[in-house]
Amino acid sequence: MMSLTLRIWRQRDRTKKGKMVTYHVTDVSPDMSFLEMLDVLNEKLILDGDDPVAFDHDCREGICGSCGLMINGIAHGPEQATVCQLHMRSFSDGDVLDIEPWRAGGFPVVKDLAVDRSAFDRIISAGGFISAPTGTAPEAHSTPVPKKNSDAAFDAATCIGCGACVAACPNGSAMLFTAAKVSHLGLMPQGQPERDARVLKMVAQQDAEDFGGCSNIGECSAVCPKGISMETISRLNHDLLGALRAGAVPMS
Amino acid sequence: MPLELFTVGEPIADTTAPRDVPLPDRWNERKFRARLVNPANRRRLSIIVVGTGLAGGSAAASLAEMGYRVKNFWFQDSPRRAHSVAAQGGINAAKNYRNDGDSVHRLFYDTVKGGDFRSREDNSYRLAEVSAAIIDQAVAQGVPFAREYGGLLDNRSFGGAQVARTFYARGQTGQQLLYGAYQALERQIGLGNVEQHPRTEMLDLVVVDGKARGIVVRNLITGEITSHFADAVVLASGGYSNVFYLSTNAKGSNVTAAWRAHKRGALFANPCYTQIHPTCIPVSGDYQSKLTLMSESLRNDGRVWVPKERGDDRNPKDIPEDERDYYLERKYPAFGNLVPRDIASRQSKNVCDEGRGVGPNGLGVYLDFSDAIARLGQPAIEAKYGNLFDMYNRITGENAYETGMRIYPAVHYTMGGLWVDYDLSSNIPGLFVIGEANFSDQGANRLGASALMQGLADGYFVLPSTISNYLADGPFPAVDATHPAAVEAEQSVRSQTERLLSINGTRTVASFHRELGRLMWDLCGMERSEEGLRKALDRIPEIRHEFWTNVKVSGEQGIFNQNLEHAGRVADFIELAELMCVDALHRNESCGGHFRVESQTPEGEALRDDEEYAYVAAWEYTPEGEPPVLHREALEYEYVHLAQRSYK
Repeated sequence: MMSLTLRIWRQRDRTKKGKMVTYHVTDVSPDMSFLEMLDVLNEKLILDGDDPVAFDHDCREGICGSCGLMINGIAHGPEQATVCQLHMRSFSDGDVLDIEPWRAGGFPVVKDLAVDRSAFDRIISAGGFISAPTGTAPEAHSTPVPKKNSDAAFDAATCIGCGACVAACPNGSAMLFTAAKVSHLGLMPQGQPERDARVLKMVAQQDAEDFGGCSNIGECSAVCPKGISMETISRLNHDLLGALRAGAVPMS
Repeated sequence: MPLELFTVGEPIADTTAPRDVPLPDRWNERKFRARLVNPANRRRLSIIVVGTGLAGGSAAASLAEMGYRVKNFWFQDSPRRAHSVAAQGGINAAKNYRNDGDSVHRLFYDTVKGGDFRSREDNSYRLAEVSAAIIDQAVAQGVPFAREYGGLLDNRSFGGAQVARTFYARGQTGQQLLYGAYQALERQIGLGNVEQHPRTEMLDLVVVDGKARGIVVRNLITGEITSHFADAVVLASGGYSNVFYLSTNAKGSNVTAAWRAHKRGALFANPCYTQIHPTCIPVSGDYQSKLTLMSESLRNDGRVWVPKERGDDRNPKDIPEDERDYYLERKYPAFGNLVPRDIASRQSKNVCDEGRGVGPNGLGVYLDFSDAIARLGQPAIEAKYGNLFDMYNRITGENAYETGMRIYPAVHYTMGGLWVDYDLSSNIPGLFVIGEANFSDQGANRLGASALMQGLADGYFVLPSTISNYLADGPFPAVDATHPAAVEAEQSVRSQTERLLSINGTRTVASFHRELGRLMWDLCGMERSEEGLRKALDRIPEIRHEFWTNVKVSGEQGIFNQNLEHAGRVADFIELAELMCVDALHRNESCGGHFRVESQTPEGEALRDDEEYAYVAAWEYTPEGEPPVLHREALEYEYVHLAQRSYK
């Protein structure tokens, strides 16, 4: 069993100023997930009449993308996995941990460690789809897809939209997120008709949100729990240049 | 059965499936007979959709594409996070791409048999019928299913099926299918056809002149309670496995939307039909907040065993072959490790009850890949299941390529839910229920890879075709928040919220949830007895009373308050738990995932009782202290011969 000191960002809502508050937790089992450790803290805070720490979480198996925290300045902490899949065996007795929400202009704080990531949905809404209204689909085998492309598309499509890439980026850029979707759909034959328009619209929406620009630092990919590669950003830039060379006018 | 537990009301029946034509023609015939809404008139009609999972997301997108005005509500921050995202294994479709004898009829037959003859033939047939179109739709959206080197789609055989009809995207099929629906939904949001309400929880249903016309919601960020109205309401709010506290569901998954609709008159069908999934990671401690499922596709290449001797705690590698009991292969030679979920789960429990379980607390069995690795090589196993082995490693700290896995059953899915007819309409006109939230097409047990199929069948294809028959009478007279029904519903939501915050007792919401879950797992889980269920029915009202007098909910109403959200959900789980136990107690037969000790064969296998229980139990809500009312819907089998399931 371990004892830890936690310094946690507390902020009542978007408009109030926040601050770091220190808590001590004891009896932490190495088999607990990081979020289960926070659950134990919250149970204690509730019984003590204090306000429990708000944090987003849902599936707790690393796939819904709800959870996300900075732990000692690293998005999702020391393992390359979502915090729900981070276990306390990654820490040592007596550790002092700074726990903060995603730090990015594009993700305003909702409360404590929970942030507003609706900008990601707006980027998808702008063009991160293939227009195939229900009922219009041809027989699935009418379009073979080379396995290589299909596998690469899948790798990009595993992005869970957690936002760690933005939080880790010194510029607060959403490039890896946008590039993952541009890559996924651009690698599929079904995604070709809208390929140029997609990248233009998604990049324009990304620029319209409060995200910074990409300067190919690579922190995003290093913390990505799904290991989305920097190659997706090359693909996005390739598609963007292609669209512009074909005569498109930049939308942002 | 003593009268005090429930009373019996009028039988009910589905009257919307056209039974005057043969089964294979019924869905086409229903579509033909259903009234339509002219495309130009659709924009005058509005539909509320609660939930954005496979069912809700696909329905909201499809209805908006058709031209209806859709208002979509969900409690997570983004529609992409609905719990469908966590489904791993795959989706069934009767494509017969493997030329192995599959057909719509076979998928239908397998579904009815797998559901232990407790589903409606009409619904199960339609599910099989539309399954192929789901794959076409998903592929057109760019869903990156697994493919062969020739570029065509790959298939695998999945829990309990003797044909390879399951389509998959590594171990993340639910994620990829959900993103397909999510992207279609976001496209409609961008086009202005869907009004979105993220981080918003439905807390009541507004019924006006007998019709569902709106919902009362709480904005989870501001705490604001408001009403929203439409010509129809669609619930796609998922299942209620979290009544057990520990389950494979997401922490936020809850019964509240469905339960509040039940309290407004919607019948709740077969609440005791829950599914226990055989391949989950065993519990490690009291702090455990959820259980993690490992896709049962692992059983294709893994062999399940325990030591022959009880208490044998040697390292599994040191236990020789002849001292291992591959009990599924031994008991069920035809299906071996691929027996349906209910059988695999119960047999795991049996060997652990015998004291032959493995792991720290003896609640686990081995799932061993050494044969498959020797035969195919580790890279082949990695390619198929890499993410599952990674997940296992992350949670347990063990390398399963070397040690194998330890698994134990966990609650995973609920087949029960709000009663619907063939049109997916509840008994309240204008209230439609789709996906896991309805009592569905799955009967008493669901086959692997059938949940994704049902959610998408309902949302993409069934509801869009049937809801028009109802909306053809609309638009209905305008209703707003000043209508007495809305005022009353909003007031009841406000007073419940205030009451929860004012109790200020000594126990946390989570402590009640854990106690309730433990009770349900022990007494209303895989194995049930009259004695145990009566004990649960004595205890649940006490828990309910203590909850409402001694719970401590922190904070205020007007802010982001996750503890308050949880409190409201647990309050509903407590009420649901009582109904589940009444349902389980009244159904004195073993069927599907539900094993009654009083009803078994001499060999200890589940014994169904078709004479007494070949019906859907649809329960009518009654206020606290009054017994619920049972409405029976007789199940008639014209095309499938009722038989005791045998996987020997």
